[in-house]
Amino acid sequence: MTNLHTELKKSIIEQLNLEDMQVEDIASDEPLFGDGLGLDSIDALELIVLLEKDYGIKLTDPTQGREIFTSVNRMAEFIEENRTK
Amino acid sequence: MQNQDYIKDWVKIRNNRVFHCGSLLFENKEADLNKFLKCVYSELNLDYPKFHKMDGLSKLGILASEILFTSNSFSEETALIFSNKSSSLEADRQFQASTESFASPALFVYTLPNIVLGEISIKFNLKGENAFFVSEKFDTELITDYTSALLKEEKAPQAVCGWLNLQNDEYDVFLCLISSRGKTLFSEENLEHLYYFE
Repeated sequence: MTNLHTELKKSIIEQLNLEDMQVEDIASDEPLFGDGLGLDSIDALELIVLLEKDYGIKLTDPTQGREIFTSVNRMAEFIEENRTK
Repeated sequence: MQNQDYIKDWVKIRNNRVFHCGSLLFENKEADLNKFLKCVYSELNLDYPKFHKMDGLSKLGILASEILFTSNSFSEETALIFSNKSSSLEADRQFQASTESFASPALFVYTLPNIVLGEISIKFNLKGENAFFVSEKFDTELITDYTSALLKEEKAPQAVCGWLNLQNDEYDVFLCLISSRGKTLFSEENLEHLYYFE
């Protein structure tokens, strides 16, 4: 697990108020929505804000989120490729 | 004989104390509102992760409703008739502050007072009527009249009604379960007495 993976998990827990959840509770390949962490549509919007705020990535097409937010692994990969800060 | 409605059960949350039917259920000295609400959450043995994402007003409503609904049988048609003075001002201010950097969608969804009614309905699978009134003080006449009319017209078999206010981390919660069975007659006077004195 890279520093970015750990940082992302910490941000997800903090930003989405996932109380009682620790970094080690989130598997990098675990689905973030549906059966995985069970996030909802408002959480998806918060993740879009997180990408812009922390990594300078502005999603122009909201449907991109569906593919990017499949797991922490995929998010980290996308951030590495597109980050501006 | 005319059907009568009764105040079957009630909950108050004020000044770091939670009362159920006049008996002290929980108290602590936690000055931070969120920490106090989390203590009550733990005390009630709740396991509802969504709670932690809610605004203060919804957390207060969920906690008070939890006490009422776990102590009483209820229909999914139960009506929710709430009122307060400060609307969703606390969440409004937090959202406004977030707009200075990145507007938070999670805060935005709580910028209406009746969201708490939706949260309670989701948690307890309620599908009945609901209304949220904003008034300067607890208007017992309005709440009694509105709730009685709903029950009389058989729009709902029972109702949870009362006052749920939060402003500047100061909270005042008084919710009652109104039913055709109970000991205390549902009247403006009794509602006022329970709110102010019990």
